[in-house]
Amino acid sequence: MTSQAYDAARPRSGARRRLSAALWRRPWLRAVVLLLPPLGWMLVFYLAALAVLFVSAFWSIDSFTGKLTHTFTWANFHQIVSDPTYRQIAWRTIWMAAAVTATDAVIAFPFAYYMARIAGPRQRTLLFVLVLLPLWSSYLARIYAWRLILNHDGALNWTLGKLGLPTQGWAFTNTAIWIVFSYIWLPFMILPIYAALERIPDSFLEASQDLGARNWTTFRRVIVPLALPGIVAGSIFTFSLTLGDYITPSLVGNVDFIGNVIYRNVLGLTNNLPFAAAYATIPLAVMAIYLVAAKRLGAFEAL
Amino acid sequence: METRATRVTLSVWALGVVLFLWLPLVLICVYAFNSSNIQSWPIAGFSTKWFTAVWHNQDARDALVLSLKAAGVATFIAVLLGTAAAAVVSRFAFFGRDAITFLLVLPIALPGVVTGIALNSFFSNNPVHHISPSLWTIVIGHATFCIVIVYNNVVARMRRTQTSLTEASMDLGADGWQTFRFVTLPVISTALVAGALLAFALSLDEVIVTTFTAGAQNTLPIWILGNLRTGQQLPQVNVMVFFVIVMTVIPVAIAARLTRDTGILRRR
Repeated sequence: MTSQAYDAARPRSGARRRLSAALWRRPWLRAVVLLLPPLGWMLVFYLAALAVLFVSAFWSIDSFTGKLTHTFTWANFHQIVSDPTYRQIAWRTIWMAAAVTATDAVIAFPFAYYMARIAGPRQRTLLFVLVLLPLWSSYLARIYAWRLILNHDGALNWTLGKLGLPTQGWAFTNTAIWIVFSYIWLPFMILPIYAALERIPDSFLEASQDLGARNWTTFRRVIVPLALPGIVAGSIFTFSLTLGDYITPSLVGNVDFIGNVIYRNVLGLTNNLPFAAAYATIPLAVMAIYLVAAKRLGAFEAL
Repeated sequence: METRATRVTLSVWALGVVLFLWLPLVLICVYAFNSSNIQSWPIAGFSTKWFTAVWHNQDARDALVLSLKAAGVATFIAVLLGTAAAAVVSRFAFFGRDAITFLLVLPIALPGVVTGIALNSFFSNNPVHHISPSLWTIVIGHATFCIVIVYNNVVARMRRTQTSLTEASMDLGADGWQTFRFVTLPVISTALVAGALLAFALSLDEVIVTTFTAGAQNTLPIWILGNLRTGQQLPQVNVMVFFVIVMTVIPVAIAARLTRDTGILRRR
């Protein structure tokens, strides 16, 4: 220790010291003092916000003045259930989330398997960083890149043309939305599956083979069950992120998703916050069910 | 246990996935140097003129400054609160500990649009005080989902260090602050810096929640989104996007090096 650090670390007398000693003798007091700021922040700004949102779902908008009416009504929920347009948008969003989740799981599993069980340590680190950087790099940039790729005169059609293949016209279709969602959320699926696969001890596989299982049986009865929590953990992200995203559909597609309806009712011309709040309970409820199911499958330990 | 054919197939698959992840990013960087203002492939020619154009674009500069401010303040708050929460959760066993972790993860586990609309309705409809959009409303939104990033990094590091270090320090007569400053902080410093860098990168790039908390203000991602929607100034958007990719990739690359041992770099 340098002398400067020693001076700073020398015991001192006074109030600070007594306070410090009091805190050290009472661990619970230390815990409370430390926990209060983060917990207070989350309660005031987040849980309170969610509570206001939930309550406002039962309010309404006065059709003449456009002002909020703070009286209890089921009207918003009634409209969501009875209007086929809103039902269709909700189903479309949930289907898309499921399709994207399935696609990412299929793409990610072999890759994660390669990372965890075949690649050497150096290559594994490299692949890890190569997955991580796109995950963190600009979200808008990645959507925009696909808009340029899928455009009629974009890179994909140019490549297809060079190869003598027929060109595609996916720009601004549901196919484009599906491709872009699968692309931007893929790293979220790869990393938890990789973590789950990496944790499987070699001895498990040796035991399985010693007991006479063929490769395929070992894969199906040992590796897949142990990787399942990782797949479920990844699917929480791909599913939740797709449910809550309104920007991708608006930039590369031409149909509404749940988020677009909410956005329009809060910030757009419609200006009906209670209805938006009521509609937001759909993704909220879907995720609540999903999280409970995921917890049962042991996905939280794999997060 | 894998056969040779399986290994070859899997390595081809891995290469394909890496190309799938990276080609769009490389492509968007190439477009930043497009000499034409028509966004077709291949690009018309090489030019850096749009970099000059962005540099002189006051709206873009203002948006960048606002984003840097918001990211700076949000990261600062997230570091303080995330570290405090991590210190408690990693050192104490008590009823409701899992609930705290769950609460911190919630803002990023729930769909972004839910967090966004919740904050929006909270600012404008809470019974106490109507809060108009400002730098602070953006900061509140960003800090709320950045806390968990710092928390995850620090908690992973603290779980791996022994409590005997701090006990020895206290036994030798250091007070609580000295123990934190000279024992705990050096141990968690790299995890802390990594968490801060990731929080900064996340805040700088966030757009879904921000649209609901920013009002009429433009952060950099909102400026980009606005131009993408209207199809205006696309060459300048290309340059800004190139810039944002570089600005987010660098801190993440540094963070990845800093936390090689704990390896906790997952976004969520």
